[in-house]
Amino acid sequence: MCALCGSLGGDAHWTDAVAREGVFTHNDDPARRRQERARRVQVANRVLKLYGLRLSDWQSASFVLATFTGKSEIVGDLGHLWAAAERLARRTCDPLDPELLARLDADD
Amino acid sequence: MIEEVPAFTPVTLLTGFLGSGKTTLLRRLLGDPALHDTAVIINEFGEVALDHLLVERLDEETVVLGSGCLCCTVRSELAATMRDLHSRRERGTAPAFRRLVIESTGLADPFPVLSTLRADPVLRHHFRAAGVVTTVDAVNGLMQLDRHVESMRQAAIADVIALTKTDIVGDEVVMPLQARLGALNPQAPLFRIADGPLPVNALLAAGHSPFRAIGEPDGTVAHTKARAFSVVVEEPIDWSSFGVWLTMLLNRHGARILRVKGLLALRGEARPVAVNGVQNLVHAPTHLEAWPDGDRRSKLVFIVEDLDPELIRRSFAAFARLGRARASTGPI
Repeated sequence: MCALCGSLGGDAHWTDAVAREGVFTHNDDPARRRQERARRVQVANRVLKLYGLRLSDWQSASFVLATFTGKSEIVGDLGHLWAAAERLARRTCDPLDPELLARLDADD
Repeated sequence: MIEEVPAFTPVTLLTGFLGSGKTTLLRRLLGDPALHDTAVIINEFGEVALDHLLVERLDEETVVLGSGCLCCTVRSELAATMRDLHSRRERGTAPAFRRLVIESTGLADPFPVLSTLRADPVLRHHFRAAGVVTTVDAVNGLMQLDRHVESMRQAAIADVIALTKTDIVGDEVVMPLQARLGALNPQAPLFRIADGPLPVNALLAAGHSPFRAIGEPDGTVAHTKARAFSVVVEEPIDWSSFGVWLTMLLNRHGARILRVKGLLALRGEARPVAVNGVQNLVHAPTHLEAWPDGDRRSKLVFIVEDLDPELIRRSFAAFARLGRARASTGPI
């Protein structure tokens, strides 16, 4: 557990799979891991901004999810991101919502 | 010869509706030499631990869970039982089993058992899900699929379906059931196990059955809201966008996405990557050595309950464009 933020580590979310035989991961070396995290933040933010949220990397260990007014939460991985986003945005974040899809298309 | 204990002990989940022949199958499996080093966790439901009485071999490794339904009420007990088995094996007070079979109750939703394997901080370093074997009763299977959502879910998440009691009904009963199961879960190989030798290797390799794309139109299942359909993608997929999309989809609709299984062509990767998920749980993606055939397109097969396939396809495409747009602006 991180003494600073209280986040339990080592959850091994599937998007952050540990490098081992046969398993696909983008985390097999530090440079690739950082690059993947940066790409993930960028893609997620294109969706999150539509809910008034912004994600940023925190020390390559966690992410900070914040509203545009500054309320924030630490999330460990993508598995926790969307539940936190729904709490902060106070609405559901549904990738099947036709309005979201229309806005993503318009933003393209 | 002393065999080494594997780093990750494979765990096979044996499930199936009440009276569908789980215990009979388990007894036959345990009688096979290939399973001589298998520990078994069974569950008792009701006052008499009938299942325990019937599982005659490997009594030392057989643990009867003390209370009710394995999945709904004793997840922590399952975790504690598995930790105890692991600990005893490490200390040498239990045989060095190399495989674990968990038999769940007939009314159970199998998902929490799988999630326990992944969620427990000790278990996830020593055990891995090896697949779900679901027994379906040829006599009552169609009726159960229609009437009991648990039966439908058990068949939908199966990696392998073992059709039981085919020796007491004719093809006029079995064939419609096979067609229904094929439409509900086109990925799962189906074996008639009532007579003839048991396909032990196929059952044990349940989690490694090859990916099979399904044709259109959708395999809509009559009388239920469950359906199987596929998403086929021509262009290579951006892993970051895919991760953002699937985690968002499962967070909101995981309970209704009974199964997702796919073979992906990822941008920057020569080899295909297999993904395999059950409801909110996605297993670690695996790198395959080669494509199974000349078709290099990404294919995802979903089994969903009461969700619109077209909306999922449209959503997938919208998120895939995020990755492409990002890539077109150059590296970060």
